[in-house]
Amino acid sequence: MPVKGKRFGLKRQEMANRAELLCKNKRCHFSKQEVERLLQMYKEIVSTQTNELKVRIRNGIDRNRFRDLLHQNFGITEDHLMDKIFKAFDGDNDGFINEEEWVLGMSVFLKGTLEEQAEFCFGVYCFRGDGYISREEMYQLLKNCLVKITHEEDPDEMPKDLVEIIIKKMDSDHDGRLSLEDYVKAVKEEKLLLEALGRCLPDNNRKTVFLQNIADVKDHVY
Amino acid sequence: MGQALQRAAQWTSAKGGSGGKLEFTKLNEELLNTIIQWIEGFGAKYPEEAKLSFKSPLTWPSSLRADMLSGAGYTERGEEVVSEAQNDKGDHPLLVLKKSGAQEYMISIMNLEYAEAVLRMASEKKLSEVRSCLEANRDPVVNMLGERFATVEGDDNSIFRFIEEITKEIETLAKQSVNAENEGNTEKQAEIEMKKTQLKLRLQLLRLDQQLLNQSIISITKDVRLTPVSVDGEVSILKDLSGEDDDKCVLDSIEYFGDGYVFKNGCRAQPWRQLHGDICYLVVKPHDGDTMYITANTSGYYLNNGLDPMKAGDLKYTKVGDSYKDLVTLLKDKSPRFGELIDKQEFALKVRDRDHDHVIDHGGETRSYTEEDDFTHRTDTKRQEKKDKDQKEDKQKQNATKKKKLSPSLKWKALGMEEYNEDEKKDKEKRILRKKRTPTQLKSKTPMGAEDSFSESSTESEEEEESIERRSETNADLPSEYWQIQKLVKYLKGGNQTATIIALCSMRDFNLAQETCQLAIRDVGGLEVLINLLDTEEIKCKIGSLKILKEISRNTQIRRAIADLGGLQTMVKILRDLDKDLKCLAAETIANVAKFRRARRTVRQHGGIKKLVGLLDCPNVQGTLTPDMEKDVEVARCGALALWSCSKSKKNKEAMRKAGAIPLLAKLLKSTHENMLIPVVGTLQECASEPSYRLAIRTEGMIEDLVKNLNSSNQELQMHCASAIFKCAEEKETRDLVRQYGGLDPLVALLANNSNKELLAAATGAIWKCSISAENVKRFQELKAIDLLVALLNDQPEEVLVNVVGALGELAKDPPNRAQIRKAGGISPLVNLLTGTNQALLVNVTKAVGQCAEEQDNMAIIDKLDGVRLLWSLLKNHNPEVQASAAWAICPCIENAKDAGEMVRSFVGGLELIVSLLKSENKEVLASVCAAIANIAKDEENLAVITDHGVVPMLARLTNTTDDKLRRHLAEAIARCCNWGNNRVAFGREKAVAPLVRYLKSSDEMVHRSTARALFQLSKDPENCITMHEAGAVQPLMKMVGSVDEDLQEAAAGCIGNIRRLALANEKARYS
Repeated sequence: MPVKGKRFGLKRQEMANRAELLCKNKRCHFSKQEVERLLQMYKEIVSTQTNELKVRIRNGIDRNRFRDLLHQNFGITEDHLMDKIFKAFDGDNDGFINEEEWVLGMSVFLKGTLEEQAEFCFGVYCFRGDGYISREEMYQLLKNCLVKITHEEDPDEMPKDLVEIIIKKMDSDHDGRLSLEDYVKAVKEEKLLLEALGRCLPDNNRKTVFLQNIADVKDHVY
Repeated sequence: MGQALQRAAQWTSAKGGSGGKLEFTKLNEELLNTIIQWIEGFGAKYPEEAKLSFKSPLTWPSSLRADMLSGAGYTERGEEVVSEAQNDKGDHPLLVLKKSGAQEYMISIMNLEYAEAVLRMASEKKLSEVRSCLEANRDPVVNMLGERFATVEGDDNSIFRFIEEITKEIETLAKQSVNAENEGNTEKQAEIEMKKTQLKLRLQLLRLDQQLLNQSIISITKDVRLTPVSVDGEVSILKDLSGEDDDKCVLDSIEYFGDGYVFKNGCRAQPWRQLHGDICYLVVKPHDGDTMYITANTSGYYLNNGLDPMKAGDLKYTKVGDSYKDLVTLLKDKSPRFGELIDKQEFALKVRDRDHDHVIDHGGETRSYTEEDDFTHRTDTKRQEKKDKDQKEDKQKQNATKKKKLSPSLKWKALGMEEYNEDEKKDKEKRILRKKRTPTQLKSKTPMGAEDSFSESSTESEEEEESIERRSETNADLPSEYWQIQKLVKYLKGGNQTATIIALCSMRDFNLAQETCQLAIRDVGGLEVLINLLDTEEIKCKIGSLKILKEISRNTQIRRAIADLGGLQTMVKILRDLDKDLKCLAAETIANVAKFRRARRTVRQHGGIKKLVGLLDCPNVQGTLTPDMEKDVEVARCGALALWSCSKSKKNKEAMRKAGAIPLLAKLLKSTHENMLIPVVGTLQECASEPSYRLAIRTEGMIEDLVKNLNSSNQELQMHCASAIFKCAEEKETRDLVRQYGGLDPLVALLANNSNKELLAAATGAIWKCSISAENVKRFQELKAIDLLVALLNDQPEEVLVNVVGALGELAKDPPNRAQIRKAGGISPLVNLLTGTNQALLVNVTKAVGQCAEEQDNMAIIDKLDGVRLLWSLLKNHNPEVQASAAWAICPCIENAKDAGEMVRSFVGGLELIVSLLKSENKEVLASVCAAIANIAKDEENLAVITDHGVVPMLARLTNTTDDKLRRHLAEAIARCCNWGNNRVAFGREKAVAPLVRYLKSSDEMVHRSTARALFQLSKDPENCITMHEAGAVQPLMKMVGSVDEDLQEAAAGCIGNIRRLALANEKARYS
């Protein structure tokens, strides 16, 4: 059907333009093709959202859908962290991830430099948004890290101890809390500390799978 | 009953023979009683069978007296008392009692009726009667029924066989009786009857046999006899509880008697005593009373008569008193103090593991004993005493538990560590306890014994155990790191990925190079966790864990622990991972761990070599690199590092070669980075000990790179390069390549580097091997290497000296260099080195001195320094290589010394020594000694002396050799030795001539020359001429006359001349 074909062509053109635009953003590490594929994905995700939400389709991916995505594609399961990752993606804080947020977020999430990812992680952990990760925040993040040992006198002690370890290792300006600078500096010294307070980045295998997926755009039936 | 007697009864001598005695054991007694019962009731139940005559009498030394047999039915016949009744053939009385000595009688009986009668007469002595009967007749059934009923091991002893056989006989007899007529008939009938009774008796005997066997099985199952193992166990436990302190040690001492030799079967008693069942003898000194000598017999423990005053080191083995089933009971009976003390040990004894079950029993027994004691002596005082004792005991127990709570080692228990650590900890606990033996620790002292078995099973090296000891001393105040690390390990165990990574990172902040931290990680069970982490999917955890393992595996104990925990297998698996960082870390850790043999084997067996070689494959090593390529290079570097460690095992070298490591190493060798080159060259020099690698190193063009890197500024790299060249330069082509690539210059330049001894050793070694080629010697000459080398003769470690002297020895093959060595002042230090003890050094020094002695001026110095005497004394060295090279060195000395004959004579016993070396088995020694003897024999007086020492027959004996080198020098020596007295004739007599003729067929010209000379000398004796002629010497000698070698010509011609002359003279004599 020519009409549909034309529509399709238009849409495609439009998408290509948008992709090109996004590619020019220096924070984007994707090729144009990859961006296009991501945008397609975005469309698919948005379109599968329930009817009720479709009303606000222009707003983008909502929290629940994003959580599913994180779970299915990247194996991130921790509740509180998923919400925080959503927040980190949602730059304008409107409760939805729009196209730009989606592509740029994914760029950092999958292909970001060490520094970018450190910033991203910091953003995830720093949920109060005051630019610092306090002891309290760390405690909240780490309290579920350890298997509860019943015979231990004080179950709180161990997470608290972990917090102290983090402070000791990462707080280079000794103010008892982590600033972004502290965090980036420590991560640069020791890469392993990138996700120091909980997993918020995909693991290598899933990342590779996902990247392959979006690279194979040509074979994908559209 | 044959079976029972053979199997069940306990005979003292282990195997057969008539001398065996039945042991006085309960089991035997029971058996005998059964037999007696059987015999006593037999006559009444089976009168016919009882009357059946035996095939041959049962005879044994009896305690019965002639007077006891008086009465009806018995008659006296001289010294014998016989029964009136005779056997059915009528040629033998049924009972004979014969006097065999003053008070000794031998009794023989012919049927069971009389056996019964004998027992009746013996009344209370019947047991001993049966005993001696059975001892004298090991298989009574044979006597009773004939040989074919003998109990033969492995034969068919079932009743059916007998029934079959006997019924067959009866049948044939019955047939005969039918055929036969009249009177014969009754005879046959009687015979049939007899056979039938025979069969019945046999059946009865079999029933008895079975009864006995059953009985013995029941009692055997109850009765556990002592074995060497159980004795050793018991003794070692008591040993641990022994000591001087009579408050807590149950015995003063307990020791094995004798020289401590343990036979293969575990017994310590001498073999002839083992025949009596003795296992070992114990010397026990209790706190009260005298030293006791105890025999541990298979039947139990008993006291013996102690030391034999007549024979030193021997015991009087006679048994004194009862025997006991266990040592503790015996000692308790003999030493009250022991009983008291051992009772206090009972709690401790309970902790024993299953292997020591019987000891636990003792504990129980012991307790019941005391209760019984209490019961029997129920006097007030006693009770009071007991009460006091109990109170004291209680207090001690309390103290002990209190103490236990305080002891630092017990805190560890609460941490719930894994089994591995439990053992470790117990070990430590034990050691601490050994260190501080306070009275209150009486209880915990006993587990020590039990835990000895733990430490036995551990395979830790001596060194490791020592360091545990060291640590346990400081155990009381463990460093704070220890507790912190322990906490971190706890987080590692109980945390998710995030907590694990935090803990890993924090752990890395400790100084992991410090032994305290390394061992702390191990001691709190951190190694297991770290190794387990390697098996997870979490890449970050793996990286973090490997980063720690890499650091701490520098410690030898940690290495072993990692290997023991199977860490190598996991790391080998990781080598296949896609992540390059991970691969690097795993390879580096393997490099650290594979420093000992077992680890290297593990790596190989799990396919690690192949994977490591795979890591070497990196596309580009030169030029500017992208970060990605740099990663690849880093992976290759780590792979090389691991292979370097692994290449110390021969099999690994082979595996590496097969995996195709050589071309990859060759490629990496082109790199310009030192940190890459060092492991690569290190691996190469390690592998260069294999000829296949040497060939490959040459053909793959690696020599050029090695030479190039000799000019590096890194001393370690230089060292490995030099040492690779050292090993490779065994081959001539390699030596030439080194020269062609200009490698000799940097090698000589390295000699200036006096501070790094390893480098110096490698460089001098390379020079040594390179100087084997004459062209290289020239170059070294130009570089004035000799002066530098001579300067190194003083104050260097042996490994350097060996190479320096080796190099000088090679260089001195060129005459101008000999003078150069002298001018540089090298002779004197060389001669001084002859007094050393290092075998490799001595071989080289003797060679060098020998080379130097080729020159007259040098020889003068050597002589002045008494070098020849030193060389001569080295002939006494037990290393054949040293002997040979000393003998070689002596040759030029004798040739070039002034007044050599006098000099040689001046060595007391020297000539005898060198002649005696002709008995050596080593071909090289023989050849060198022959050469030396040829030189010695130049002096007539010395020749006379060595002739007296029997040199002629000894040389003659060697003539059958096929070794050309030995042949040449042997012929030379024979030629020279012919010049004295009738030695020529003597060689002929010793049949040395014919073998010498065979030498002419050798392909070696030098052999021909010396052989021709020897034959010429020998041909001066007519008998020898005949032998030569017969052996076909003329033909080859004729050919040799035509040789270009004048010496050979002359000698061959002379020899033929002599043979000819003899023939002419013969002819003349015949025709005149």
